[in-house]
Parts: sequence; structure tokens; C-alpha cells
Amino acid sequence: MSERFVTRGFVGRREDPGVEGDDFASRIPPGQYRTTDFPVLSAGPTPRTRLDRWSFSIEGLVRQPVRWTWDEFMALPARDWTVDISCVTKWTKLDMRWRGVSLDTLFEHVELDPAAAFVIAWSDGGYTTNLPISDVLNGQAFVAFEYDGRPLAPEHGGPARLVVPGRYFWKSAKWVRGLRLQSTDEPGFWESLGYHNRGDQWLEERYSGD
Amino acid sequence: MANSIAWQIATVTAIREETPTVRSFTLSLAGWQAHRPGQHVDVRLTAADGYSVERSYSIASEPERAGEIDITVERIPDGEVSPFLHDIVVPGDRIEIRGPIGGYFVWDATLGGPLFLVAGGSGVVPLMAMLRHRARAGSRIPARLLFSSRHLEEIIYRDELERLVAAGDGLEVVHTLTRSVPTGWTGYARRIDDRMLADVLVPLGIGARVYLCGPTALVETGANALVRLGLPPDRIRTERFGPTGT
Amino acid sequence: MDDQPPTDPVAAQMLDGNALAGSLAAAFGGDMTAVPGRCSHCGAVHMVAELRAYVRAPGAVLRCPSCDGVVLRIVETDAATYVDARGAAYLRFDREARHGR
Repeated sequence: MSERFVTRGFVGRREDPGVEGDDFASRIPPGQYRTTDFPVLSAGPTPRTRLDRWSFSIEGLVRQPVRWTWDEFMALPARDWTVDISCVTKWTKLDMRWRGVSLDTLFEHVELDPAAAFVIAWSDGGYTTNLPISDVLNGQAFVAFEYDGRPLAPEHGGPARLVVPGRYFWKSAKWVRGLRLQSTDEPGFWESLGYHNRGDQWLEERYSGD
Repeated sequence: MANSIAWQIATVTAIREETPTVRSFTLSLAGWQAHRPGQHVDVRLTAADGYSVERSYSIASEPERAGEIDITVERIPDGEVSPFLHDIVVPGDRIEIRGPIGGYFVWDATLGGPLFLVAGGSGVVPLMAMLRHRARAGSRIPARLLFSSRHLEEIIYRDELERLVAAGDGLEVVHTLTRSVPTGWTGYARRIDDRMLADVLVPLGIGARVYLCGPTALVETGANALVRLGLPPDRIRTERFGPTGT
Repeated sequence: MDDQPPTDPVAAQMLDGNALAGSLAAAFGGDMTAVPGRCSHCGAVHMVAELRAYVRAPGAVLRCPSCDGVVLRIVETDAATYVDARGAAYLRFDREARHGR
């Protein structure tokens, strides 16, 4: 790769992870910069599904598919989560406060087929992302409906989105409507176009081939 | 065309303040080639650690000015590139650019008219390249610019537009102000809407070629309104800029 | 007096194919903005410049202005530019340069 021309005096609008002290620095994954904003990134128009038409399903390689309406989903045990989030576009936001339902709780309502190895999350608007089952169990993933004490805004994925803090944020599918259990993997929207299939931010798995 | 796709280094030779928040930068390029009015360049800034950002800026100058181009940049307060260009860059600095780019949002006098240009804020920049070219080419194609700005003091190229109109070669400029008006203002004082477009378009007729440039909302409103007024969609060309500071 | 407060940040940030002109020109070897394409979802024909572009994302998504279906997706990684053109039933490259209409 040829040497890049460096622009005199340009550093970019980034918060130096070292400025605030060691505590922050160790929480910023490689190649990331801390932000205090909550940037809105989107691949399309914001879906606006009415709550009386919303549902969340788990289907595919399960004994019996399950589906919750919004009211039924709100009746599930929920908890608060404070997590750090990293987007592949290089921003990391620390201590984001969410409220939602753990995927462990949701999976209590289905019986997984022994062949079920992969989860395909699908959303209003057509977005999909894929994760191995082992990446979403044991407290590693939840469906969030509140951010910072308020109902999740549509531009941030509301009414509900998937959150997988251990992976780049593209895996945290906005406007999520269901999970499909499969025996085979199926690269999702960005995974099929150059992004890494797994997306572990601590291993800097940004692009396929990383 | 290979030149226009490769990144090259340009030297900033002059900086001019157009308004308190808008500046024009003259860039001298070894690999300059005559652009078509309406085209843009991509600018790439790279920090020492390799972090880089890119932005596109319309070429403001006419192709008749050989060897150099002007870009006109509005300073967005929480932006990443425009504050750097405004606050840090000085004549003599070099920046990486790529271009000229674009084959859709272009006009030159050989395409004919009448010409109806609709601009919101910094959306006037590519249209200014068209008008500067039109003047240099000695064209008398009837042309009208409908230009929306927030305040009088923020009208980009205001004086130059007056001079172009004063040349009496068939160009008229109609301003509308959306946030405040000076005392005695008799011009339009609202966002561009169907009625305004219809009124300003009348002398040109529905045979006009139209170019709309500015924030998404203005461009969409304008294009939809013009189609409703009977302009064929393929005579309307649009370029959306990101939302400017409001 | 009024102004244009964006009620939906995504709608306000939406651009058009012109925003991808440089990336597409570098990938395809020439200007793509004036290239007409037929939407594989609804059949409408629009030039790439007229597609609705969502660029604040891990990649860029260009959607049909008639039906919002995805026509082109573009990802620029360190090493390469990926283009998914499945959403275009065709892209039409006119042999004679057509500057006029």
C-alpha cells in the first residue's frame, strides 16, 4: 500500500482515549475513539411500526415457534444493562444505559433443535445479521426497548433493537422483529458485503479477511 | 479520465471570505483538467496516524479559469472537515483531492436553456459555476436563479450575483430569506414552495432545464412541485447536500 | 418566519447518488452518476445520481426513489471497494456520450 499523504494540522474530531486517564483507555477497543454523542447510522428510511402491529418471534429450528405481541413482550422480565458499545465506523461510547429482555429469557420459551447453531436476526426494513448461538446466550445479548431511561427512539432502532455488546454495533440489529434459528450460517446485510462474519471488536474483526 | 479518479495534491493559493461562515479556497492543481460546471471534487484529510475523512465539495469556479479551481465551503460548527478548512488551512497548504467528478449534475452553454436554478444555502455553489461559465461563454440563454438563504448577510456571492445580473445578458436572481429580513425588504420571506416556484418559473416556461441543489428537504419539495407544474422529470436534475447548520 | 428543522435525522441526512460519485468512479473506472439503472424490485429506471443514498452506515445503500428498494450497496474497506448491484436489474452504459437530452 502506498504511503498516504498526511494533511498538515489535521487530527480529526476524536477524543483521545488517553486524555481522561487509564480507566477509559483500557475500555476502548483497538482502532476506536471515544465519543460522547450517539451517532445515528442508517441504511434506509426509519421504519415506524405501530406497537399494535409489532411482534417478536423466534422461529426456525425450534420445536414450536413463539411470538409475542408488544404487550406480551413488555410483560417479560426485563433488566437494566450498562454496556460499552463500539461501531465499526470507529466510535465507541462508554456506559450506555439500556433496558431490555435478555435473549436467555426469550430462549426459555422455546426448545432448540439440537441442530440449531446460528441465529439470524431480522428487522423491519429488511436488515439482517447473523451470530452463532454461543455468541448470544449467557447474558451476551438482549432486546432493548429503552435507552437512557426513555423509550428507544425510532432513529436508534425503536421500538426494540437487538444489542450484542461484545460485537461491533452492526450486529445489534435495529428494529428487530425476530430471530431465526438455523443449522447453517447465513451472512447478513453487511457480513455479505465485505464486513467480518463475526465482528469481535477486541480482535478488530472489521472486514472479511481480518 | 484516469486523472480524475486518482488522488492528487492541490495547493491552496488563496482564501476568500464570502460570508462570516463561508469561505472560498482557490486550489492550484498540477493535474488540472477543465471540469464541467456542476462537477465536484472529493477532498481527503489524513492525520499522522492514518485516520482519514473525505468530503465532497462542488467546484465553484468556471472551467474557463485554467489551472486552478475554487471550492466554497460553509463552516459547520460541529463538523469535522469544514472547521479544519476554515480554522487551520492557510495559503501554501496542500490538500489531497480527487476529481472533477460527476456526469449528471452538469450544465454548460452547449446544452441550451432556458435555465432555471434553485438553490438553498451552500447549494448555490455548483450553480454558481454554471452562471460564471455562462457569463464567460458570453451566453444569452435566459436564466433565473431562485436562491434561498436564512439572512441577507448570509447570501453567498451576493455582490457577484448583482454584477452578473447588471450585465443584462438575460440572467435574473430572485432571493428568498427564511429566518430574518432587513427593514424594507420587499422580496420573498419564506421557504421555497409551489407558489414561489411557479411564479419565478413563469418567464422561463416549462421548457426550462432545471437544477436544484441544497438540503434534501428543499430539493425534494422543489422537484416534486416542478413535476406537478408540468415539467418533465427528465428536465429536472437534483443534488442533495447534507443538512446545513440550522 | 420559518426554517427547516429536521424531524427525522435519517431523512434529513439522506443524500443521493451524487454523494457516491467518487467512490463509484474509482470502482467502475468512469462516472456512474449519469448511468441509468432499472430497479429490480419495481422496474423503475433512474440514474444512479437520482437514487436515495444512505451514507452514514458501515457502507452506503442506494435506494430506488420510486419504491425504496435497495438498488446498490457499496462498502469501502481498507483494501477494496465492494459493490452489490443485485438490486439493479441492469445498468445501462450508453456508447455515445449523451450530454444533452
